Amino acid sequence: MSASRVISPVAKTDSGDRILRYTFVERLNHWIGGFSYVYCLITGLAFWSPYMFWLATLVGGGPTARFWHPWTGLVFAISVGWMYDMWRRDMRITDVDRRWSKAVKYYIENEDEKLPPIGRFNYGQKLFFWLMFYGVILLVISGFGLWFVESIPWSLRWLRYLAVTVHVATALATIGGFIIHVYMGTAMVRGGFTSIIRGQVTRAWARTHHRLWYEQVTKGTPPGK
Amino acid sequence: MSQAILQISKISGHPGPVPGAGVERAEQVCKLVDTTTCIGCKACEVACLEWNGYSFTDTVFDNSYQTMPETTWNYWNLIKFNEHENGDGSVSLLMRKDQCMHCAEPGCLAACPADGAIVQYTNGIVDFQQEHCIGCGYCVSGCPFNIPKFNQETKKMFKCTLCSDRVSQGLEPACIKSCPTGCLHFGTKDDMRDLAETRAHQLRENYGFEKAGIYDPPGVGGTGVIYVLHDVTNPEAYGGLPKDPHIPWVVRFWKGPAKWIGNLAMLFGIAGVTLHYLKFGPKEVKNDDDRKGEQQ
Repeated sequence: MSASRVISPVAKTDSGDRILRYTFVERLNHWIGGFSYVYCLITGLAFWSPYMFWLATLVGGGPTARFWHPWTGLVFAISVGWMYDMWRRDMRITDVDRRWSKAVKYYIENEDEKLPPIGRFNYGQKLFFWLMFYGVILLVISGFGLWFVESIPWSLRWLRYLAVTVHVATALATIGGFIIHVYMGTAMVRGGFTSIIRGQVTRAWARTHHRLWYEQVTKGTPPGK
Repeated sequence: MSQAILQISKISGHPGPVPGAGVERAEQVCKLVDTTTCIGCKACEVACLEWNGYSFTDTVFDNSYQTMPETTWNYWNLIKFNEHENGDGSVSLLMRKDQCMHCAEPGCLAACPADGAIVQYTNGIVDFQQEHCIGCGYCVSGCPFNIPKFNQETKKMFKCTLCSDRVSQGLEPACIKSCPTGCLHFGTKDDMRDLAETRAHQLRENYGFEKAGIYDPPGVGGTGVIYVLHDVTNPEAYGGLPKDPHIPWVVRFWKGPAKWIGNLAMLFGIAGVTLHYLKFGPKEVKNDDDRKGEQQ
């Protein structure tokens, strides 16, 4: 799909000139992935610990949660596959990212002016993308092992134990990424949350956080009013 | 099934202690299966179906006298047959009544995430409470004997109840009642151990079965079903009875240390981003040229 290729570089709106960062399709898919992940998170945590089993009542009780968890997981997997199709070129890790990652200390301490300019996504966003991409592959494969546990013959029961181990370990890894993702998208990087809902960012935002991308999409378009 | 009568001592997926645990003690109940006097008549299979209200299902021919390859969600009691070749060229036809072993340390209960879906009564019976079962199948991974089975239609797990409904009323399990040879016995664990010792001794001294002994595996804390075997050193010959069953270590780790490692990691993650926000706050967008009024 070439959705990310056809971004109109500058979109004028009533609130001044802004840049389209995420197309409608990108935002739609992000939220299909987001909601399906959160559903799997809530139900998965319910199955994970007796002290969080009450979470299942939020989504209709244990049997209902158990019934929909794998199906919603498949929705999430399809969404991530779609993201891979849309974003894999933008998510390639480049030399710029490697230089940026060496200076990540400045990013954490909000001294962004000391960082090398970067493209559409920063190194952390790319790591999160690949964590979720490879994570969902492992979660789906191991998830089938849990879903159809009786289909694994008794003589191959080590596969049952492997499925549990992989599913739990991968889920915990994605939860770690998810916590950071939500924190950065809502609280830490102001404007990020609006961009994934309405699609637009200000020019200053684009210059500050993704200068190379800004220069690329505004090429030939003077930053005028 | 009849919680009103039987006091519960262990509850699956239960946050905090078990209400009333330790208040009451009961004799441990036990089935004794003497494989040396089983004739493979399958009366116990029929009695189990009749008492529990299941109709007879189609049998599955598997090149043996077995009714089907393994127990199913509505067939909890199965005589396993094995034509075992002895070292001297002779053949023994081994028969073993396969069903839930009612482990003192049940792997199914340890693996279960649903509050109260699996309970252990003070008399040792391990029972599934289908109204609390969520149908996840974790008990399948927890059981070292391949016993819990899934009903696709109701999405619930089932297995032998050791006739907890009968036992709570002072009756023996249905399978025991039906046995025509007296190879099945029911009573307290201590009495059944004594009886089994006597029989194993008799087999060793009078019948030449030098390796005769009792199968009561310590890896799961002992079981509520014990066997007398002609050859206790080779339980696998009796339809795949595991030699040293225990709760799989993955299940132990998953339900033990992994919980705390995982929960702490999640808490550290949330604490970490909170501290970051308190110390460094949000990222400001700099107006680094003559542009104005573009900050979010």
